[in-house]
Amino acid sequence: MLIRVRRASQARESEVTPETVYRQRRQLMRAGLGLAGASLAGFGWLPASSQAAEWPDVPPGPTPPWLLAKLATTRRKTVVPADPVRDVVTPFGDASQYNNFYEFGSDKDDPARLAGRLKTDPWSIRVDGAVHQSRTFALEDLIGADQLQERIYRLRCVEAWSMVIPWIGIPLASLLGRLQPLASARYVGFQTLQDPAQMPGQASSTGLIDWPYREGLRLDEAMHPLTLLVVGNYGRVLPNQNGAPLRLIVPWKYGFKSIKSIVRISLLEQPPATSWNRLAADEYGFYANVNPKVDHPRWSQATERRLPNSLFHPNIIDTRMFNGYDEVASLYSGMDLRRWY
Amino acid sequence: MATPSGRGRSAAARTLWPWRIAVALAAFAPLPCWLRQAMTGHAGPEPGRYLMEHLGKGTLVLLLLTLSLTPLQRLSRWQGFSRIRRQLGLWTFAYALLHLLAYLWFFLGFNAHALLADLSRRPYIMVGMAALAGLTLMAATSHRRAMRRLGKSWKRLHRLVYAVLILGLLHYFWIVRADLGEWAIYALAGLLLLVLRLPPVAKEFSRQGRPPVTDA
Repeated sequence: MLIRVRRASQARESEVTPETVYRQRRQLMRAGLGLAGASLAGFGWLPASSQAAEWPDVPPGPTPPWLLAKLATTRRKTVVPADPVRDVVTPFGDASQYNNFYEFGSDKDDPARLAGRLKTDPWSIRVDGAVHQSRTFALEDLIGADQLQERIYRLRCVEAWSMVIPWIGIPLASLLGRLQPLASARYVGFQTLQDPAQMPGQASSTGLIDWPYREGLRLDEAMHPLTLLVVGNYGRVLPNQNGAPLRLIVPWKYGFKSIKSIVRISLLEQPPATSWNRLAADEYGFYANVNPKVDHPRWSQATERRLPNSLFHPNIIDTRMFNGYDEVASLYSGMDLRRWY
Repeated sequence: MATPSGRGRSAAARTLWPWRIAVALAAFAPLPCWLRQAMTGHAGPEPGRYLMEHLGKGTLVLLLLTLSLTPLQRLSRWQGFSRIRRQLGLWTFAYALLHLLAYLWFFLGFNAHALLADLSRRPYIMVGMAALAGLTLMAATSHRRAMRRLGKSWKRLHRLVYAVLILGLLHYFWIVRADLGEWAIYALAGLLLLVLRLPPVAKEFSRQGRPPVTDA
């Protein structure tokens, strides 16, 4: 039996705002944003619905028409944190200004400064390997008729900081099902765009990463319902610096597994070589499951700094096994997770 | 190298006080600026990391500046450079200490257990601590009394600065993850300053068999 001990920061039921009051406030904000939205809709920037109202202060981004239509019919909050007091959604400004996206440079603010030149529409993705039929998809065809879902996931970076982010996408399992992998397929490999003209970090002569960036999952990990193929966040199109127009989110693994700006998906019989693993195999394993008991050689993984934090509140919290997504544990039953880190 | 002596300071040295105060102000100035950025939300969602990184790089810049004073003085024959050497060395120590404080505060949450774990397991922390220990020794023996008391060994002790530079660069190198570009700039500057300390290479080669002349 699991005994839950109340955390000091956890709210009691009596402290919860009554739903009617909460909804009134939402309606007020929605009404206000509706007016703003009506004026912005002229530019074709904001979904016609009140999609963005749930995340006030989030600016719209240039959105292809097909995505605008799909965003408007997103199923909201299909997965949310069990403890919304601990896992408060990180402000959009922080999630979109503090990024590791080495294709644009190695400083945290490089992606936000330099990703603007990435052309994300039109975008095509090559699907090959052990599939029924290799072919190249336009992004809208890859997403297909699937309804978009919004999910609020914790994101744990291997550098021991974390955020909580509302993503919008489709389960990768849904796409893989449509692609019809052959029985021999055991792994899924992903590749990021390589184009130094658009991605200045790839042009650096002192860089250590062998471009293009590559990542991979075991097929059963890829098929897990939590694994998400993402086209948006905070109710809007994905900002370029967050991996537009198509990225992966695997919430129980360190962030570097969640590859950005994907141009190729391959079904494979052997595990693919992955970028960070090739660069430093002792620091970045193929699995890279969030695990407080297995340290990175250069720092402890036992705790994390939940962002945003401040000087007087470093917000250091305990890291949880599988980033708190215990439901994936069965994928690794019988495996020594110290060895297969 | 000009030997500092307690007595008989030249008139030129006495007129250097505005220069020395200007240097002190310039060395201090970044601290309130960075703190302001960090406290007003202009340093991103992780202001502690911002402070720690800026203090670390600041330490390295000050150390390189300190080491460039002797070559600069030789080039220019201007006394002003040697007159700020001690204070720049002490500023280097102060920045290093604040860098450590930021690490303890924002990354470890002043958790002694976590510090012990880091100290025993992580080479880049050990190397950083060793560099700070070297700076501490030099700072503690930087005053005139220590100089007099230590006599000739004072100079030998303060050659630790070269070890501190190498340890500091190593500490930084082990933190780099994806791009060595910025590190390489600091490393090249450090290498240049170390090479300037070597007896001229050409001379070294022409004098076969003789032990290298130590530069003092």
